[in-house]
Amino acid sequence: MTGGRLFDKVWQRHLVASPDGEPPLLYIDLHLVHEVTSPQAFEGLELAGRAVRRPDLTVATMDHDVPTINPLGPISDPLAAEQMARLRKNCEAHGITLYALGSAEQGVVHVIGPQLGLTQPGMTVVCGDSHTSTHGAFGALAFGIGTTEVEHVLATQTLRQVKPQAMAVTVDGDLPHGVTAKDLVLGIIAEIGTGGGTGSVIEYRGDAVRGLDMAGRMTVCNMSIEAGARAGMIAPDDVTFAFLEGRAHAPTGLHWERALDDWRSLVTDGRAVFDREVRIDAATLRPVVTWGTTPAQSVTIDGVVPDPASFAALAQRQAAQRALDYMGLAPGTAVRDIRIDTVFIGSCTNGRLADLRAAAGVLRGRTVSAGVRAIVVPGSARVKAEAEAEGLDAVFTAAGFEWRSAGCSMCLGMNGDILAPGERSASTSNRNFEGRQGPGGRTHLVSPAMAAATAVAGHFAVPGDLEGAG
Amino acid sequence: MRAVRRVAGRAVVIDRRDVDTDQIIPAAWLKRVERTGFGAGLFEAWRRDPDFVLNTPAAAEAKILVAGANFGCGSSREHAVWALQDFGFEAVIAPSFADIFRGNSIGAGLVTAQADDETVAGLTAAVAADPAAQVIVDVAERTVAIPSAGLSAPFALPDYARWRLLEGLDDIAVTLRHADAITDFERSRPDWLPVSGPRAHAAT
Repeated sequence: MTGGRLFDKVWQRHLVASPDGEPPLLYIDLHLVHEVTSPQAFEGLELAGRAVRRPDLTVATMDHDVPTINPLGPISDPLAAEQMARLRKNCEAHGITLYALGSAEQGVVHVIGPQLGLTQPGMTVVCGDSHTSTHGAFGALAFGIGTTEVEHVLATQTLRQVKPQAMAVTVDGDLPHGVTAKDLVLGIIAEIGTGGGTGSVIEYRGDAVRGLDMAGRMTVCNMSIEAGARAGMIAPDDVTFAFLEGRAHAPTGLHWERALDDWRSLVTDGRAVFDREVRIDAATLRPVVTWGTTPAQSVTIDGVVPDPASFAALAQRQAAQRALDYMGLAPGTAVRDIRIDTVFIGSCTNGRLADLRAAAGVLRGRTVSAGVRAIVVPGSARVKAEAEAEGLDAVFTAAGFEWRSAGCSMCLGMNGDILAPGERSASTSNRNFEGRQGPGGRTHLVSPAMAAATAVAGHFAVPGDLEGAG
Repeated sequence: MRAVRRVAGRAVVIDRRDVDTDQIIPAAWLKRVERTGFGAGLFEAWRRDPDFVLNTPAAAEAKILVAGANFGCGSSREHAVWALQDFGFEAVIAPSFADIFRGNSIGAGLVTAQADDETVAGLTAAVAADPAAQVIVDVAERTVAIPSAGLSAPFALPDYARWRLLEGLDDIAVTLRHADAITDFERSRPDWLPVSGPRAHAAT
C-alpha cells in the first residue's frame, strides 16, 4: 500500500493534472527566489512575453552574493552588484515582494521562509537552491530546482515532477549528551551514502527526530540533498505549531484553528509501508567531523583519519585517496590532532538563533586560539538582531570572533568570504566539496558547538575537551 | 529548446564518482546573469592540472562526457549544465545522476544517458584505446555505441525526457495547455495558506 504516508498526503493534495505520458503537474504554494539563480529565468519569461502568474506566492531575498561586512555600503564586486540590481528590477517589474539588503527580513532564503511563517505544514515549497529541502522540517514538500524550472514556476505556479519514492529514516532512542542535529544528519549520510536518497523523499522519524527543536529539524532536512534525496520531511507536531503560532504569515483566529485541524492529519499512518527503510540507533551516534570531500566521508571526534585501503570497493578506495591528497591528511591521524586555520559559523544549515546560542554557550568566558580566524554570520538580519538583543554578539566578539551581517558567506564563498588555498576550516555549513569555500580550501563540516570548541582549542574538539568544561 | 535526436562525436572520460556541481562550475562563475559564456569555467580547478582530460587535444572536439556514479551532485545550479554545453558537450553518460542535475539537463537539452557500470567501463576502455573513436548516443533508440570498438549498449532515459529531447519542447508551453486545470485548482486551495507581502489575511 502506498497511501497513508506523509509524503503521499502532501503530494496528492497538490496534483493539478496527471496527463498521460507526461509527469504530473504539481501546484507550488511558495516560490522563494534569490539573486543568483533567477536572472536568466526572468529574462526567459520576458523574451517569451509571459507574466509571473502568482507574484503573491513568490518571495525574493538577497543572500548568496551579499557582502557580510558593511552590507549597506557600496558593493565592490560589480558582478554581484549587477545581480542584485537585476533582482530588484525584476521584482519591481513583476510585483514580487523583495527583502533586499537593508531590510529587517533579509537573509538566507531558507532561514527567512520559516522565520516569517511563510513555510507551513503540508505546503509545496520550491527555490532555485538545493537546500530548499530545509523547509521539509515543517512537514512541507520542499525541493531545489534549476533555473529553467524557476522560469516554469514563475510562469505557471506549477512544476512537472515524476513522483519520487518514499524512504524512511528512523532514528530510535534519544541522542546521547553532546550529540547535535548536525551530528545526527552527518551520521545518516555516512550510513546511506551521497547517492543513498537519490530519487526519493526521505521522511525522518523516530524519537531522536521528534526530540529535536525546529532549528535542529531544519538542520536535518537541510542536508537531505547531501544524501542525494529530492527532499526531507518531518511530520508536524506541537513543536512545529508552537514555532509557527504568532509569526507574521501564520494563520490567525479561525484560520489558525482550521489549519491546525488539517496539519494534525499530516502524519504517516501506522500501517504505511515505505519503498525503503533505514533504522539507526541514536545511542550509537557521536559528534562527527568530515575528513574528506563529500559529506559522507566523516568520522567521530574520537576517531582517526581512515586508511583508503580499509574501504572494500575500488571506487571508494580511489575516492578516499584523492580526498586525503586534497585535504592534506595522513591516514591514522587522530581527529583531535588536526589543526585548523579558520572557523565559520553560519549558513542555511546552522545559521539560526539556536545555532548561535549553542556556539556562544561554549565560547562564553573563552577565547579563540591564537592564529585562528573565526567568523560568525547570522542566517538573517532578524537572527542577527535577536542575537544582539540577548548579547550573543558580545560573547562572540569577546572570544575573538568577527560578528558579520547576514548572508550565505563562506558556505559557498561567492561574496569574497573565502579560504585561501590550503587553508583548513571547521565549518557549520553543508558541503566539503573541493574548493567549495574557495579554490584549494579544505573544509571540515561540524556542528556549531564543535565549531566553537574547535576555535578555542585550535584543533578539532568538543566542548567537553575544553579547560574548565563541566 | 533545440531538439536532440542523436549525438555523435568524440568522448572524454572523467573516471570519478560524485562529481559535484561545484567542480563542474565553481561558485565564482554564478555571478553572471547570462546563460552563455560558462565554458571557460567548466571544471576550472581541475583544468589547472595540465594532465586533466579536458586539457588533452581530444577534448577540444569532444561532444560526450563519460563519468562515474552520482554525477552532478550538490548544488542546483543549472549553470553546470550550461557550462558543459558551452564547452561543447551534448551528452553525459554515467551510471547514475543526481536528481536536480538530471532535471536541469533535460530542461536545457543536455542528454543524460544512464548506463550500467559494465557499459561505462566498456566505454572508458574503448575511449582510452582510441581517443578519436566516434561515439554515438542515440536518443530515439536509447543506445550508446562505439562502432569501431564493436560496442553497443542500451541506456536509461525516462520516456518523458526522451520525448522532450526529441521534440525540443518548451515545457512552459506544454504546461499552459493545462491552464484551466491550474485555475480550477487555485479556486480549491485552503484560504489560510500564506501570501507574500504585507500580511494579507485576517480571521474570518
